[in-house]
Amino acid sequence: MNKTVKCVIWDLDETVWNGILLENESVQLRPGILEVFDQLDQRGILQSIASRNDNGHAMQMLRDFGIDHYFLYPQINWGAKSSSVQTIAKELNIGTDSLAFVDDQPFERDEVASVMPDVLCIDASNIDTILELPQMKPRFITQDSRNRRSMMKADERRKIAEESFQGPQEQFLSSLQLQLTIHRAKEEDLQRAEELTVRTHQLNSTGYTYSYEELAQLSRSENHLLLVAELTDIYGTYGKIGLALVEVNAEVWTLMLLLMSCRVMSRGVGGVLLQQIIQSAMDRNAALQAEFKSTDRNRMMYMTFKFAGFIEKSRDGDFVLFDYALDKAPTQPSYVQVDVREVSA
Amino acid sequence: MDEMKIKIRAFLGKYIRQQFEDQDHLFERGLVNSLFAMQLVTHLEKAYEIEVDNEDLEIDNFKSVDAICSFIAKKSACSVKQE
Repeated sequence: MNKTVKCVIWDLDETVWNGILLENESVQLRPGILEVFDQLDQRGILQSIASRNDNGHAMQMLRDFGIDHYFLYPQINWGAKSSSVQTIAKELNIGTDSLAFVDDQPFERDEVASVMPDVLCIDASNIDTILELPQMKPRFITQDSRNRRSMMKADERRKIAEESFQGPQEQFLSSLQLQLTIHRAKEEDLQRAEELTVRTHQLNSTGYTYSYEELAQLSRSENHLLLVAELTDIYGTYGKIGLALVEVNAEVWTLMLLLMSCRVMSRGVGGVLLQQIIQSAMDRNAALQAEFKSTDRNRMMYMTFKFAGFIEKSRDGDFVLFDYALDKAPTQPSYVQVDVREVSA
Repeated sequence: MDEMKIKIRAFLGKYIRQQFEDQDHLFERGLVNSLFAMQLVTHLEKAYEIEVDNEDLEIDNFKSVDAICSFIAKKSACSVKQE
């Protein structure tokens, strides 16, 4: 299967520009490259740089060309490109299997591929066709994808603030004035909802993906509750970052899917959405159970369920059915304000 | 055990501002939440080279300084290391 690329990492010399900066001050942008940057950006595909160059010099060149704003966490240093690529994956919190790396040198592509075989390595001579690759074509382009770069830039600012913050973590989180809005999915949320089921692996309770059409049906169904969560703070919006699907019966609610974008992993809002669902089920005197499927990446979600008070009712291989075992909902952290809109079954 | 307690308390101090006793139920007192619990588990795995299994992920194992210490002691005893 061709996985959609979340970030394209560019080499500079003889890739983004023709010429070698160290030898020649007057390098020229590769013809057509601006269009590629812009199109990828529009599609919500992030971009970064892995280049062996003098950092100050190369950054100045990017500013002179007026393209520096496209790149998140650019890695311009004399180290191995594989370690630059790894750094970018870590900073963006995305798996290396959703990265593409473009370089004119076979040696560099091989070096990256030898460390991370799942990175899509592209020869710079094929840049003209990059936009046509199926991996570069997300099925939908949502408001969240169009805003992705600026949201990631806001994340960069948050990270700097967090690293320099002195004091307990909860105090930092309070200073962000987090606000989580939870509402039933509407027509305009469905594309993003599908995108979330496809893109999210770490904080995903079952890993089931749902198509736009299925989600549209579920959002209209009387026996289902499809919830979307959006997070904002003083740095701006994180976008629509959470999704929950509950099958609703008079006596039992079954949580079939709970997912949160990895970008908000350190905000603890997965637990908050879960807590709201527990409360809603209790308000209607319904028991709550949850489906869960273990993967090699979603252990964090397993912990979210366990520490919220769920217990394993049954297990069949990787598949777990959780029961909510307590008689009251867990207390919600004081650092986040929750705004629940029309969440009724 | 005492040295472990000091280290655990140092870690908890990054999250909790109020005073607390070794036997205090950190979750019931509302001092910590589930986000913290996950960070704690990750920290313990790294710092004490233990593997926390799904069956271990119960609040009872992490509810207080005392509980955390005896949990680590139990897990370290399980994984027999070559001396």
